[in-house]
Amino acid sequence: MKTHQFEVLVVGAGGAGLMAGLYASKTAKTAVISKLYPTRSHTGTAQGGIAASLGNLEGDNPDWHTYDTVKGSDYLGDQDAIEFMCYEAPEAVLELEHMGLPFDRTPDGKISQRPFGGHTNNVTGKPVRRACHAADRTGHMILQTLYQQCLKKNITFYDEFQVVDLLMANPQTTGASGAAAGVVAIELATGELHVFHAKAVIFATGGHGRIWEITSNAYAFTGDGIAITIRRGIPAEDMEFFQFHPTGIYKLGILITEGVRGEGGVLINGKGERFMEKYAPTIKDLASRDVVSRAIYTEIREGRGVNGQNYVYLDVRPESVNKYAAIDGRKNKDGSPYTVTGEELLAKLPDIVDFCRVYLGVDPITQPMPIQPTAHYAMGGIPTNKYGEVVVDDKNTVFPGLYAAGECACVSVHGANRLGCNSLLDIIVFGKHAGLRAAEFTKGASFQPLPADPTAFARAQFESILHADGKENAFDIATTMKKVMFDDMGIFRSGKGMQHALEVVRELKERYKHVSVADTGRIFNMELINVWELGNLLDLAEVTTVSAIARTESRGGHSREDYPERDDKKWLKHTLAWVREDGKIDLKYKPVVITKYEPKVRTY
Amino acid sequence: MQVTIKIFRYNPEKDKKPSHKTYKLEAVETDRVLDLLEKVKGYQDGTLSFRRSCAHGICGSDAMRINGFNRLACKTLVRDVGTRITVEPILGLRVIKDLIVDMEPFFENYRSVKPWLINDEPEPAQERYQSPEDRERFDDTTKCILCACCTTSCPSFWGNDQYVGPAAIVAAHRFIFDSRDRAAAERLKILNDVFGVYRCHTIFNCTLACPREIQITKAIGEVKAAIATGSLK
Repeated sequence: MKTHQFEVLVVGAGGAGLMAGLYASKTAKTAVISKLYPTRSHTGTAQGGIAASLGNLEGDNPDWHTYDTVKGSDYLGDQDAIEFMCYEAPEAVLELEHMGLPFDRTPDGKISQRPFGGHTNNVTGKPVRRACHAADRTGHMILQTLYQQCLKKNITFYDEFQVVDLLMANPQTTGASGAAAGVVAIELATGELHVFHAKAVIFATGGHGRIWEITSNAYAFTGDGIAITIRRGIPAEDMEFFQFHPTGIYKLGILITEGVRGEGGVLINGKGERFMEKYAPTIKDLASRDVVSRAIYTEIREGRGVNGQNYVYLDVRPESVNKYAAIDGRKNKDGSPYTVTGEELLAKLPDIVDFCRVYLGVDPITQPMPIQPTAHYAMGGIPTNKYGEVVVDDKNTVFPGLYAAGECACVSVHGANRLGCNSLLDIIVFGKHAGLRAAEFTKGASFQPLPADPTAFARAQFESILHADGKENAFDIATTMKKVMFDDMGIFRSGKGMQHALEVVRELKERYKHVSVADTGRIFNMELINVWELGNLLDLAEVTTVSAIARTESRGGHSREDYPERDDKKWLKHTLAWVREDGKIDLKYKPVVITKYEPKVRTY
Repeated sequence: MQVTIKIFRYNPEKDKKPSHKTYKLEAVETDRVLDLLEKVKGYQDGTLSFRRSCAHGICGSDAMRINGFNRLACKTLVRDVGTRITVEPILGLRVIKDLIVDMEPFFENYRSVKPWLINDEPEPAQERYQSPEDRERFDDTTKCILCACCTTSCPSFWGNDQYVGPAAIVAAHRFIFDSRDRAAAERLKILNDVFGVYRCHTIFNCTLACPREIQITKAIGEVKAAIATGSLK
């Protein structure tokens, strides 16, 4: 066992982790630990853009962005945090540009912007160009640029180290006493356990979309940070809210950016009809994601999928774009009618064209793309305030030395449904502030004492996997979980279906105790790591389902057929879920922060 | 259809030397080679080790030699390579276990060209303006995902791993031709070295191997020309 000491430890090296590392390292001795090489992080797959009201192509302002985000969240987002993020957005994007991020440009050399779902001109209600983009690989450019800055600043990295436990001084199973003391990690190349002793720990470990069968998420998205913290008595917030992105490649789930619809693409059902105008008469195909995903599923369930199958078309052929842009009266900045050519689309959406050609054998410039909704983004996660400090009860009590940022955190700026382009914004703004806050905290703080046997809990978890009386196949358990979660905990839910999902997940958790592991080696034992990750997914699947069953309303990404209406009287509140030592899950609730915008009926 | 997949295996804790093992499994023509590896690992041999993450050609984790060519396992479909498939680690980097190689020398080469924007002029209150044409000038080389398909397909790199390699030159190109950067001369000096661009003998393996379809040999040629002429046109 090796022991290291840093003032600030960042776990995860995607956009949030790298921003946290850049800012914390300005004043504190900092290390960034990641189970992947940083450039492999899932931030790199974000496509369409990062939202900021720069107003480079038309009038826009942070208040409109704030309102759109509040409305997008179905009023579950905390309005103080949302306003903070939207006001920080322009500066965040300019900072990225100054770091060297190669944004696309307007003819006069400014950062180019495109329309995106749910982002509107608050006067006209029409889509506004707010998404700052670099072709359809904005996330790739952000990840590369931030990693490059980290290299420039000589940040200390521990690449391919899997963090498996959070160390605390004076821990309690639930409640707010104690303080962060560090983490335990496995060095993948050697199998050796390392103890990282720290004053502050920032979790930036990303999402957990691998719970679901059809997902846009990377294999790495197994919810490690949330799973580790719930095992240490930290609650998980709003886990029932998971976003299904409307346009994943049929069967594979690979993301097709909303930017396709931003450029004028339209959704078409099996009868050849554009159907979004029925569901969102004002902004149609650019309604927010929960609305569009439900519309697609409704079309499919009512028999209007393509060829009777579970998919519809996303059509970005120039002739279709131009036809519907004329119908919608869409104009360019100079007032001329909006039109596109195949060449322009190829320049703006090169990766999408590539994905379709490789995985579907379809050329989207000449053929429509078969798509279905895909599990995409966790709105819920480790509860934090707007400074990235982890808060551990219904009174928002700060847990000293513990921080979270990015998808694994729940600030909450996304509430019940995230707007496109707000996740890249989230990681930049809250990654930065978590890093700043953590570094500031370490100035006055001393290192907490490490537990006498700091790796005991981590060792126990891995030994129980290795010594299980292996009859059960991990791949089978994962496949069964993903299917039941997609069928019963997906876009439409019901009490009966969710109860069924919960039973299956609990049965799988029992089977998991008898999982077989063939690899007993130490060097890159990826089987052992993957089985541990599956344990994380099962734990989060259970918390998600229990939180969802309790919420007897429909809001944003949580849509119940037995409770189809939003119920602000009873449910305008955040869920907090604790996993007790005996495995039972306790639920409590905390109020939503409402400042300027009273909840009202949400239509697009 | 049934697919036969022959995989390079090496477990440093058990094996004196590497071997190949053959597995048979059911597949459809749209399966990714990565899907096959996952199934082999899930149902036939859990000890099989490889890196992977995004599974759609963006994260760059799963570069492998598939039927002799460097490819990403997640971007190579059964219909592209047929039903008899051989999967081996990329060449020129030390094999640690099965398909996992030591990436450190590769990233060291990347870091050596200072792959970050260098511009010490005061930051403007707005963005640094850049015309669409200036932005277009280095667009191709911004696409690199650092998968190492190019560098480990290069005979010059196999011959001498001190050669900085195509991926590092691509990274340098991305900044050398960015109108906002001020350190082109510095980078050109680094690459004007016995282990720099002149190790490239325009074999084009890198360009063929690139899963992002970057015109790598062209980019290297532009860097060579910039060194020779001192001009960035």
